[in-house]
Amino acid sequence: MTRCEHCGERPASIHLTTIVDNAVTEQHLCEVCAAEKGVQTEASVAKYPLGDFLASMGKGAAAPPATGREAGKCDACGATLQDFRDTGRLGCPRCYLTFEAHLRTLLRRIHGASLHVGEPYVAPLPAGALPAAVPAGPEPALVELRDQLRRAVESEHFELAARLRDQIRAME
Amino acid sequence: MSELDLELLPDGGVSWLDASGPDAHIVLSTRIRLARNLGDTRFTPRATDPERERILERVLDAGRAAAPMADATVFRVDRLSRLERQLLHERHLISKELAGLEDRQGVRHGAALLTNGAMGVMINEEDHLRLQVLHSGFAPGPAYQSMARFERDLGTRVPFAFHREFGYLTSCPTNAGTGLRASVLIHLPGLVLTKEIAKVLQGLTQVGLTFRGLYGEGSEVVGNFFQLSNQTTLGKSDDELLDHLSKIVRQVIAYEEQARDVLRRNAPTVIADKVWRAYGLLRYARSLSFEETMNLLSGVRLGVGLNLIADLSVYTLNKLLIFTQPAHLAQRAERALTDPDLPVIRATYVRKLLEDDAGRRPETGRRA
Repeated sequence: MTRCEHCGERPASIHLTTIVDNAVTEQHLCEVCAAEKGVQTEASVAKYPLGDFLASMGKGAAAPPATGREAGKCDACGATLQDFRDTGRLGCPRCYLTFEAHLRTLLRRIHGASLHVGEPYVAPLPAGALPAAVPAGPEPALVELRDQLRRAVESEHFELAARLRDQIRAME
Repeated sequence: MSELDLELLPDGGVSWLDASGPDAHIVLSTRIRLARNLGDTRFTPRATDPERERILERVLDAGRAAAPMADATVFRVDRLSRLERQLLHERHLISKELAGLEDRQGVRHGAALLTNGAMGVMINEEDHLRLQVLHSGFAPGPAYQSMARFERDLGTRVPFAFHREFGYLTSCPTNAGTGLRASVLIHLPGLVLTKEIAKVLQGLTQVGLTFRGLYGEGSEVVGNFFQLSNQTTLGKSDDELLDHLSKIVRQVIAYEEQARDVLRRNAPTVIADKVWRAYGLLRYARSLSFEETMNLLSGVRLGVGLNLIADLSVYTLNKLLIFTQPAHLAQRAERALTDPDLPVIRATYVRKLLEDDAGRRPETGRRA
């Protein structure tokens, strides 16, 4: 198995042949590094625009507005967005809340959706135990409203967006 | 446990090799994998060794209490030699990552496998728990059902990391949501020989499936074996993901059958020659590399599928796929093997298995 030439860690799954002025160069990259370099593959175009996401994190452009909490570290494990960029792995379940807006965007780009479909899971609570360290996230209704709000803004239905915004505020 | 004894497992953990499942002549196995994490602990890659030890204890306590694991075996992967870890990996019981066979990183403290042979939990892989089950042939439904019951049981014993919007949380966001990866190991020599394969593979990526080699992520395609799996894990339910995969795989099986028909019709002599040459080489060669073995097995498997070679069991061919790998041969030889011994010992083993298989064949009742 070939390793990615760029990070030297992940397996190279993208083999890029570039021809410039009859000079042929070959590069062997992993999906993440290829995306960072802006190499578009069929998979990346359809499902894997991790590069856009990672780039937007760097530049702060086109990224969702980061809250104060998101700009820093995860308070449960100390991981930062830079750590995530470097390793492609989050530090702990709470990172999903710390970097929620970024991850929502990323998950949409990877999976084409950010809303889990399936039976909600309820974690067991042993007698006398503290609640799980990870809050379960917002109510599904709230999630749905936020999604509607996003769509309303994107399609420039501003009156509807204002109504949804008020509804969300009331629920929050 | 410091010694690896696979005899502890029913069928050595490879009952899926028996070719008893649906469409087993084209689909070797169906694998279902679910990624889960404990909600109150750092993901394995960021955890400390004592934290990984604690993760292991909690998962083992929960896992062994669940019904299917009553007689299960625990392998402390982190206490095994490299060869033993490689053996578990070659047997498809653990991933390359858990086995610590990735170049730069060795085996992780707390890496373990809890398995009853058919179903297992990798502990301290990239996620705290990687549940997996392998079934013979094309059987996503039954494989998933057995796994889902076990997963629900586990989820009442330890708190999984779950977010109402994002679903099950995983170390890498590409697995979040359902944590479900369903894959089939499929043999497509017909599509390769008719040069239709590129079109099919391209089509697969457009409908949300991804393909890999024999050993999953990062592995090369050898012997015309492809591993097809769902690419996304979030936004669709487990059932939807499985239905989609099933529908597409059924289509790929139909394409492969069509391609084989074309070969049978348009190039019967060429194909028969290819198939029998492959069989002849396997049966009589004195030195075989792994890659050559895979490619020859592909030819012979095609011959069995086309009824050109009668009475050779698919089970024997499946066994050869697993037991001709380096760590398996080394285990049989009870010593480390390198070139030029390794290819010689491989060829000897292949000859023996094929001779045994031929010896078992009845004199009468041969199919055409």
